[in-house]
Amino acid sequence: MAAKKSSVAFVRKEPLPAMPPPARDRGAAKWIRENLLSNISNSVLTVLSIIAIYYLCAFVLPWIWNGVWTTSSLAECREVLQGVTGGCFSVLTERWNQLIFGFAYPSEFYWRPALAFVLLFFAAAPVLFFDLPRKLLIFTGLYPFLAFWLIWGGPIGYPLIGLLGCAVGYFVHSVLVARNFALGLIVGFAAAIATWSLGSNLVGALAPEQPLLGAVESRKMGGFMLNMILGTVAVSLALPIGIALALGRQSRLPIVKWVCVVFIEFIRGVPLITLLFVANVVLAYFFPPEANIDILIRVIIMLTIFSAAYIAEVIRGGLAALPRGQYEAADSLGLDYAQAMQMIVLPQALKISIPGIVNVAVGLFKDTTLVSIISMFDLVGMIRGPILASTEWNGVYWELLGFAAVLFFIVCYGISQYSQWLERRLATDHR
Amino acid sequence: MAKAQTAAAKKLEVSDEIAISITNMNKWYGAFHVLKEIDLTVNRGERIVICGPSGSGKSTLIRCINALEEHQQGSITVDGTLLSSDIKNIDKIRSEVGMVFQHFNLFPHLTILENCTLAPIWVRKIPKKEAEDTAMHFLEKVKIPEQADKYPGQLSGGQQQRVAIARSLCMRPRIMLFDEPTSALDPEMIKEVLDTMISLAEEGMTMLCVTHEMGFARQVANRVIFMDAGQIVEQNEPEAFFNNPQSDRTKLFLSQILGH
Repeated sequence: MAAKKSSVAFVRKEPLPAMPPPARDRGAAKWIRENLLSNISNSVLTVLSIIAIYYLCAFVLPWIWNGVWTTSSLAECREVLQGVTGGCFSVLTERWNQLIFGFAYPSEFYWRPALAFVLLFFAAAPVLFFDLPRKLLIFTGLYPFLAFWLIWGGPIGYPLIGLLGCAVGYFVHSVLVARNFALGLIVGFAAAIATWSLGSNLVGALAPEQPLLGAVESRKMGGFMLNMILGTVAVSLALPIGIALALGRQSRLPIVKWVCVVFIEFIRGVPLITLLFVANVVLAYFFPPEANIDILIRVIIMLTIFSAAYIAEVIRGGLAALPRGQYEAADSLGLDYAQAMQMIVLPQALKISIPGIVNVAVGLFKDTTLVSIISMFDLVGMIRGPILASTEWNGVYWELLGFAAVLFFIVCYGISQYSQWLERRLATDHR
Repeated sequence: MAKAQTAAAKKLEVSDEIAISITNMNKWYGAFHVLKEIDLTVNRGERIVICGPSGSGKSTLIRCINALEEHQQGSITVDGTLLSSDIKNIDKIRSEVGMVFQHFNLFPHLTILENCTLAPIWVRKIPKKEAEDTAMHFLEKVKIPEQADKYPGQLSGGQQQRVAIARSLCMRPRIMLFDEPTSALDPEMIKEVLDTMISLAEEGMTMLCVTHEMGFARQVANRVIFMDAGQIVEQNEPEAFFNNPQSDRTKLFLSQILGH
């Protein structure tokens, strides 16, 4: 036709309307094609995975679905099931209190550790989520003494003296620290210890016959409660001690440095189980014979120093990763050692160390189950000992150990999720 | 314009009061003798540029002045305070002497404003509100008040260095030390930092500046010091120093840095 009239000139009269992408390129179809069936080997893997998932579900789902929750022994449960696949979860409901509180904790006092557990969340919140009002930290400071009183009971004087000792120590420290850092630290500690020993004698003499909350011995703690007590106390003590050890290891004072190095290297070189046996048996030789240090305190000391040594090394990595310029900038502005550490060095070093610290914390929490081998009846100790050994529930492994696994998983996964949130929240480098 | 500024800078008064006096100072890194027999007196209001080849000890010299490096012999007196191993004296001198680093060394976990208010609040014990006002005043002076709530990682190199200068100024120092403040910057950003330093000089700040910016030296300095192998080889007024260097080492150095 008009072949000669071809021209490069072009004017669009109507703008093209936006169209949706073709069906195979959107939504689920696109995702499945790209992620599951992108090539042959990928497709084969997808099919195999589906088969594996199917078999897993085919076994686990009926086991959970047909689970029996109300019988009072394994034999009874088998009778109800009549050969059908199903879990005997009734061991959990029937032995619930033992799993959570151990077999010796007085049942009329169960509400006390339960209340302490609920309050733990309120106490931890302002520490974990630092956007919350700072005034809430007052409760956090009071919580250890409150929780001690709730769980162990006995005269309220003891936790009050504990609190008073901390307050006196802090006061003495803050008066003296302006003159000399080490002096403030040492005398502050001494003042706290003096208050405690004086006060506990006083409370021992003045204690009423019937305290408001009945006393419970440490030997009676058990179940998941014991894991929670050990884990929370050891982690919250190990972090500050680990920081102190890491800073001490960097110290220019040779004595401080070598004490920290020897301590860290020794503790890291010894298995935790050995330390726990030491706590159980040997530690008594080191204390004066009349000092009957509570077994729980001995175990907490061992767990704490063990994880403190690891945390110290993790933090040392964070300190080493910090450019020298940060120290120099802090120095050049006239900040003293404590200020430079508190406001410049540690915030950055700890941020770098978060994944490592969380690793240690999660490991420590799971390691609290090791106390079962020194005949403390924590969750695993309860399962392996009193429950599996009983005539009613001999042989219910999957349900009990699965339950323990779920409980530990919830806590550890929670810690892990928190740490990831924290890393995102603290990210200011905008790389 | 540049001429006029030069003239203005030249007229800046140098008082007779002594700000820094260094006598017979020696420093070793292990067995390596980095600084040899340094004698230097700086009067209040002086603007001194220190130059020299790398490894000549010029950074080490100014880092000795605020005790970031320890010297082993001789004495350093800053504002009448003798620098000794006494931590009180060191902290006192450091709070009087501002320092700007080659790599800025801002605190990356704090906002610009917090970077500037941290030391005044904790070292000078100034109320937070007042420290923030001061910080905003100096951030305006270095022309970046609008970045106050950002983090250092969000700023360009030149902006970061200007914040670093503002951070030092917030401590109201009587002496400023600059350790190659422009060496880590892109060429376009060097000017904004130098402009800030020039305006500081015009206000009469006592400055010691390790730099290779010879234009800056000509325009602002009242004295140029050339160092080599740990010694002060030559010092003079900038005109004489650049136009008529005396030692061969200085001539060689100048021909190399001005040659292209």
